[in-house]
Amino acid sequence: MTDQGRPTRREHGLQTPADFPPTHASDVHDEREVLLDDDYSDGAQIEARSQWQLFRRKFLRHKLAMGSLVFLVIIGIGAFFAEQLAPYGYEEIDVLRANTAPTFEGLHFFGTDQLGRDYFSRVLYGTRTSLQVAVVVALLSTAIGTAVGAAAGFYRGWVDSVLMRLTDLVLILPGLAVLLVAAALFGQGSPLRIALILALLFWVSLARVVRGVFLSLREMEYVQAARASGASDLRIMFRHMLPNTIGPIIVNLTLVLASAILVEATLAFLGFGVNPPIPALGRLISDGRSSMQSMWWLIIMPGVTLVSIALAINFVGDGLRDGLDPTQQET
Amino acid sequence: MLTYALRRFLISIPIIILATFLIFGAISLSGDPLQDLRQQPNITAEQIDRVRELRGLDEPFPVQYWRWIQQIPTSGFGEYLLSPRPIWPDLQRVLLNTLQLVLPAEIIAFIIAVALGVVSAKRQYSVFDYTTTTLSFFGYSMPAFWFALLLQVAVVQIFFITGVRIFPIANLSSANPGTGLAFFLDRVHHLILPIASLAIFSVASYSRYMRASMLEVIHSDYVRTARAKGVSERRITIKHSMRNALIPTITVAALSFGNVVSGAIVIETVFGLDGMGRYFIAQLGRRDPYPIMAWLFVIAVVIVVFNLLADLIYGYLDPRIRYD
Repeated sequence: MTDQGRPTRREHGLQTPADFPPTHASDVHDEREVLLDDDYSDGAQIEARSQWQLFRRKFLRHKLAMGSLVFLVIIGIGAFFAEQLAPYGYEEIDVLRANTAPTFEGLHFFGTDQLGRDYFSRVLYGTRTSLQVAVVVALLSTAIGTAVGAAAGFYRGWVDSVLMRLTDLVLILPGLAVLLVAAALFGQGSPLRIALILALLFWVSLARVVRGVFLSLREMEYVQAARASGASDLRIMFRHMLPNTIGPIIVNLTLVLASAILVEATLAFLGFGVNPPIPALGRLISDGRSSMQSMWWLIIMPGVTLVSIALAINFVGDGLRDGLDPTQQET
Repeated sequence: MLTYALRRFLISIPIIILATFLIFGAISLSGDPLQDLRQQPNITAEQIDRVRELRGLDEPFPVQYWRWIQQIPTSGFGEYLLSPRPIWPDLQRVLLNTLQLVLPAEIIAFIIAVALGVVSAKRQYSVFDYTTTTLSFFGYSMPAFWFALLLQVAVVQIFFITGVRIFPIANLSSANPGTGLAFFLDRVHHLILPIASLAIFSVASYSRYMRASMLEVIHSDYVRTARAKGVSERRITIKHSMRNALIPTITVAALSFGNVVSGAIVIETVFGLDGMGRYFIAQLGRRDPYPIMAWLFVIAVVIVVFNLLADLIYGYLDPRIRYD
């Protein structure tokens, strides 16, 4: 309650209700003034923290998510510079050193395979393929999902019915079977092609999320204000409503990234993924299967890489969800 | 309830018809099934023409579609593209084998998931809760085929060390499975590892749903009322909370049948089981459109049936849903 020599609002020259001539006795006035000053300065401080700062504070405190993010950045940089970092080429055969267990000798950190190809280099290139596919899938499916969800939630009516029945249909499909048919009949091959096929299925969950948010946002005053001032539908959707949907979109993006990596690996494992000789983690595991009992590293190394990437992405997603959830603002 | 059931049932008929149309459309869009044959030097142009005429591949799309539709009830999906063998006996065999894998896996997974979900929700933020949450993160982040391979490696390594074969790591039966009870036990022995590797991923996902819906229920007013009037904690958990929390979880389980099919494709490939998944992969490799379409149709029917089942269970458990 005491002032303790802190500069009051009056000293700053700011006008507070206490600036007005007191109507009560002076002692009462003094107490009120102090009360008000405290309330105002504290209130101002809290208001100054933007949504973004709040989110950042919470996310940075989420140790698991931060650690995972750092791990992912390292893996991402490593995969991006695979050509510079890999000690060997992924097709470099050295029969004399075939079937070597993981060792620091000759930099075969992950050992070598039956042909003496350096497994660390192959896993690194395979990681690059996985990440390339996953990133394209995530971006593409986010774009499609956002557009579909926004249209359904904004226009409602028959647009909504048609689009949502479509998403229902895709949701109950056996995803892997559809992907296998698409890969087998319309062509597997380059990472981009695989990513396009995967994106056909992955947009659905986001479309439903975005639709839900849009349905509630479209009744907001600021949307009505934008409409009253003559903004076009597209401007309202992408300029006014979309920024308020960014939280769920980002969380969903992490989910898509993680499952795209796993599904790509599964396709590659079944022989319907990226064409050889480009290494893919799933194909490395499937090639290593025949010797997995004697050469454990052939399936363990790519598998552990795969699981740690997916796990890290899911942890980051969990941290984002906690940080972006406005119902958990007590800190 | 009867009107509700009937209405749900009638809705699924146009869905099946739509599915046949989509399946046929997508497969015939993918191009000429005889294209691969043309590349092969030992097959003459006359042979290809004969197959094309026999199959009516030159006819317009609606005629071909109608021809295919007619075959489904009359001759069980017709025959393979190049051999006069009927498709249905094969499909029936692999469907029954897959059901032996999938149904026990799902039932076991559901029971475990409900138990885990209830206990995690009752002891929210306990060590148990954190452990199951972390484990389910692993479940979400691990490819099923890799987990199955690890199981195989573990079993074989145990065999190398101790000389005991705990489980077989491939096939549905031994070379001489016997009959009756011996056959059944042999089959169970072969299916334990595949069922475990399939179930573990369903447990990871269902237990999350069960925990969330259980948390919602145990904080609701009627549970507080029950506690206030002196109902025992055990009765509150089982009768008042768990039963209501089961409703959304059952729906999720029934609707995720598509994921289960995906899992079966992978697990059957790893364990070499003669089921739907491996059959599908084999036919895709042969690029024969007829068994692929038949497979997709059977799966579509199964999925629609499971959706119908989910709706009926939902309507039974939650009477409000019947009056929409």
